[in-house]
Amino acid sequence: MALGLTLTWLTLLILIPLSGLAWRSSELGLAKFLAIAFDPRTLSALRISFGAAFAAACINAAFGVVLAWVLVRYRFPGKRVIDAMVDLPFALPTAVAGIALATLYAPNGWIGQFLTPLGIKIAFTPLGIVIALVFVGLPFVVRTVQPVMEEIDKEVEEAAATLGATRLQTIFRVLLPGLAPPVLTGFALAFARGVGEYGSVIFIAGNLPFRSEIAPLLIVIKLEEFNYAAATAIAAVMLVLSFIMLLIINLIQSWSRGRYGYGA
Amino acid sequence: MALDTSLQPTKVRSAVTEHRFARWTLILASLIFLTLILLLPLAAVFVEAFRKGAGAFLEALQDEETFSAIRLTLIVAGVSVPLNLIFGVAAAWAIAKFEFKGKAFLTTLIDLPFSVSPVISGLVFVLLLGANTHLGHWLSAHDIKILFAVPGLILATMFVTFPFVARELIPLMQEQGTGDEEAALSLGASGWQTFWHVTLPNIKWGLLYGVLLCNARAMGEFGAVSVVSGHIRGQTNTMPLQVEILYNEYNFTGAFAVATLLALLALVTLILKTLLEMRYSEEIAASRRH
Repeated sequence: MALGLTLTWLTLLILIPLSGLAWRSSELGLAKFLAIAFDPRTLSALRISFGAAFAAACINAAFGVVLAWVLVRYRFPGKRVIDAMVDLPFALPTAVAGIALATLYAPNGWIGQFLTPLGIKIAFTPLGIVIALVFVGLPFVVRTVQPVMEEIDKEVEEAAATLGATRLQTIFRVLLPGLAPPVLTGFALAFARGVGEYGSVIFIAGNLPFRSEIAPLLIVIKLEEFNYAAATAIAAVMLVLSFIMLLIINLIQSWSRGRYGYGA
Repeated sequence: MALDTSLQPTKVRSAVTEHRFARWTLILASLIFLTLILLLPLAAVFVEAFRKGAGAFLEALQDEETFSAIRLTLIVAGVSVPLNLIFGVAAAWAIAKFEFKGKAFLTTLIDLPFSVSPVISGLVFVLLLGANTHLGHWLSAHDIKILFAVPGLILATMFVTFPFVARELIPLMQEQGTGDEEAALSLGASGWQTFWHVTLPNIKWGLLYGVLLCNARAMGEFGAVSVVSGHIRGQTNTMPLQVEILYNEYNFTGAFAVATLLALLALVTLILKTLLEMRYSEEIAASRRH
């Protein structure tokens, strides 16, 4: 009965709506579909979404590893609060994050005012999109890397040290290679989330076509113009790309399980 | 400052931890990064809301449209969270306790809403139920309003928050195995008795954890509900949508006042989540990814 309920629910709520999208985009015909997908505005929106998500995921991968390391290995006052705060982006509604970041990084905002004299503009530029996506994606890397780091056996580091390795050598030759799979998984999750992100981005981005207009926003714009065909086609392209991402995540996970004996 | 008091200061120590200087550089870098990305935005919400004083803040909340947004958010979460709770338990039960073909595929399907853009999650319902579809035609002929009305908001929210409970429970139930249930059944308990008296007590903390995260997302969802809402003022605007409208009208005090309520919800969620993790960590699934 549980299985029946699950299947019915899944079919009604997920499968039928999603197949509706596939069916609607196949209805368009290949020529029209490609015309929309390769429209310059669509292409640039996709490029901005994927580019900003990639940059943000890179930043998150770097700082996420440092942050996880600090939380796992060091003791300092307020550590428990910091650890809990890492999950804030999961709990804070994206619209709230969006208006807060836009206010902070605006030219006259708390942070923006120090950057304006340096000639750095963040709000209403692609940089703003990256900042918003760093916010949204941060917990993914930390929370995938952290449990793996906790499992690291200190004896491995001791062995490296007794064999004459310096601390830096131990970190770069012994510890980091073992952490590569969870870091990659966290990176991919943050990237996938960033590509589809909408709420936190639209307030800070400025939304200029060809410059700071993300793909999910373009879908919303097309919908508001009642251009369902274009919205469907863009969504289909995004879904296919996300699906490829999901596949890669799964591959990384099975690869890491095979190689290191644990899943990330 | 007590640093690594567990390790005695010997020469070996420098080999398995970083130099004091490196340690503090990393801690400081992390703190600065977190301040810029997480803490300042959170602080900004409260500061902006109270910029014109507590009076203006309270006045901004005394708004008919804001009231109706709060009411609507509570209704949407109040319907979609319990439904997803029932589904989540059923799905986790089916996946963890039984063997069947296509299990891996089913697990992937459950995770699917996490990897779909919220905007697309809303779009699929517009495409399915929109006025220019057969189903939409039939619905409007029978005077049933789903899209641009409360049922649509609930549907989109359910789609988005659908994996939370199941994902939390599946690893937990898999770990617990079927031994307890088999014992109960062999002693003559019925299926329901087994569920209520054996399974449910075993998973209650994990369940609460999942519901907590599900609720936070349900109340805060923006992209998906934005697409299906139609933005009818005082009728189909949830709290996050109300934040957007007020902000775009340059009513910053109003926007941030509503935002503080959502930020408080987030903080309460984080505190409860941390308490649950501290007290019942082994009874909550080890997977902490969402």
